[in-house]
Amino acid sequence: MADLFFFLEVLIGGLLSGVLYSLVALGFVLIYKASGVFNFAQGAMVLLAGLTFVRLTQILGSEHPWDGMFVLALAITFAVMIALAFAVERVVLRPLVNQAQIIMFMATIGLTFFLEGAAQGVWGSQVHRLNLGVSELPIIIGDVLLPPLDLVAAAAAAAMVAGLAVFFSRTRIGRALRAVADDHQAALSVGIPLQSIWVVVWSVAGIVALFAGLVWGAKLGVQFSLTLVALKALPVLILGGFTSIPGAIIGGLIIGASEKLAEVFIGPLVGGAIENWFPYMLALVFLLFRPQGLFGEKIIKRV
Amino acid sequence: MTGAPLLAVNNIEVIYDHVILVLKGVSLQVPEEGIVALLGANGAGKTTTLKAVSNLLGAERGDVTKGTIEYRGERVEKLSPNELVTRGVVQVMEGRHCFGHLTVEENLMTGAYTRTDGRGAIRDDLDLVYRYFPRLQQRRTSQAGYVSGGEQQMTAIGRALMSKPKMILLDEPSMGLAPQLVEEIFEIVKRLNEEEKVSFLLAEQNTNIALKYARYGYILENGRVVMDGNAAELAANEDVKEFYLGLSGTKRKSYRDVKHYRRRKRWLS
Ligand SMILES: Nc1ncnc2c1ncn2[C@@H]1O[C@H](COP(=O)(O)OP(=O)(O)O)[C@@H](O)[C@H]1O
Ligand SMILES: [Mg+2]
Repeated sequence: MADLFFFLEVLIGGLLSGVLYSLVALGFVLIYKASGVFNFAQGAMVLLAGLTFVRLTQILGSEHPWDGMFVLALAITFAVMIALAFAVERVVLRPLVNQAQIIMFMATIGLTFFLEGAAQGVWGSQVHRLNLGVSELPIIIGDVLLPPLDLVAAAAAAAMVAGLAVFFSRTRIGRALRAVADDHQAALSVGIPLQSIWVVVWSVAGIVALFAGLVWGAKLGVQFSLTLVALKALPVLILGGFTSIPGAIIGGLIIGASEKLAEVFIGPLVGGAIENWFPYMLALVFLLFRPQGLFGEKIIKRV
Repeated sequence: MTGAPLLAVNNIEVIYDHVILVLKGVSLQVPEEGIVALLGANGAGKTTTLKAVSNLLGAERGDVTKGTIEYRGERVEKLSPNELVTRGVVQVMEGRHCFGHLTVEENLMTGAYTRTDGRGAIRDDLDLVYRYFPRLQQRRTSQAGYVSGGEQQMTAIGRALMSKPKMILLDEPSMGLAPQLVEEIFEIVKRLNEEEKVSFLLAEQNTNIALKYARYGYILENGRVVMDGNAAELAANEDVKEFYLGLSGTKRKSYRDVKHYRRRKRWLS
């Protein structure tokens, strides 16, 4: 019985951290679908958001979480991420429109170094503690211990995912975004301006990055390694398919759960610390059998 | 053609990838409320001409390097597709290009992206599209990728209509469709022209049907207009009959190859 509770605890803990992988993977999928660009800079955006926020709270003199200055810092960081979306569209995407995908990919690698450099240049490279005001006492349900930060983060991430789903299916911009993802040329032909759609998807990715930066920053401290956590979204993408929104969500949950389960139950057998590479291996094995991913979109062909 | 034309293409040259010269001085006009056919074999430059007008060339690394394009007397070569759609010029692309993962109705609604006249007006136009294409109403919740070719063509035309256009650039609507369906679609084009006052510039390889519904036609070969005239005159022209309507028994050759020879011969005789 105790074993079962322990298993559940690990599983739920994994799923909770998986929700965040889902969210970051969603940032990748959106940009990829709307512009065919694989955005290598997503991790750097997480770092930029986290650092900007934590330094602003210090500069503005926030004394405890969710006081006025804390909220102001959050609003400014939000604005910075939106401004970044406009800047990327203007400086990177627009001049490179019609270039090969690999060139766009290279451009996002350049953007990564620029953002990492700029973030640390402006804000310094120390590790900063970030307190979101969520209690650290575990919540106990039955015999299962759950960390409250994970619960809160998972709930908020789930709400964001749901909000995005409504945005895509119900709004004019959301519909235009799906249209662009389906067929750029046709979207242009009905007068949908690709540039504004790109700004929208990069803004969404920026907000996702801000969210991930806050949660991971609170867990691990705001520091350079946040850029690497974002790369956990890679196996999620391979699992879920680069073009599938449900795939990103389910893939994130699977990766989150399996890395924790593997760490706890397989790790000891092979000397531990497999959490870091297990997801990549899982993704590779998966790639061999289903290269389009779990939900990789079917190409509809009709004659 | 009398009065100022709605659309005037003046001697344009189009180059792809900075080197491939495809249009070598094309001029044509579409009058208010006209239906004008742009005819020619595969590769003649019909699509390129339409895309030069709608400015979809940019996305294909194509450029208008000479000449001008005027819509209602204003130069429009520099406008983006978004600005052109807002002003009433919209293209229905060759091969239909529906958004496959969106439903038929969502496809139609994307056509209203540029509009600012409110939900009510857009709703009315959706009903209008369904009146012209009742089959789309039955299929409104189906994914556009899975409806028939004819229904996709209707969706593409309906989607363009949702932008409240004055002029539709319609690229090969007959492609891949059964003759009966082609007739049905051209009948609707004719009604849209008469009842909704939409002008059409119509690219077609199907010369027969295009000349039946258009009032004026241009024949394009190798990036040049080689002949133009009233639809009835073109349909009666010996060369057009032979090379584009397939009415004579001889093997089809290029019109250009023989036109000087034939013209001289007719003139001499
Ligand atoms: N994107 C492009 N890049 C280079 N050449 C092109 C491109 N699109 C069309 N062409 C060339 O331009 C010529 C005219 O093509 P097109 O306008 O599609 O003719 P049509 O519509 O009459 O069949 C063809 O020789 C074609 O190969
Ligand atoms: Mg063509």
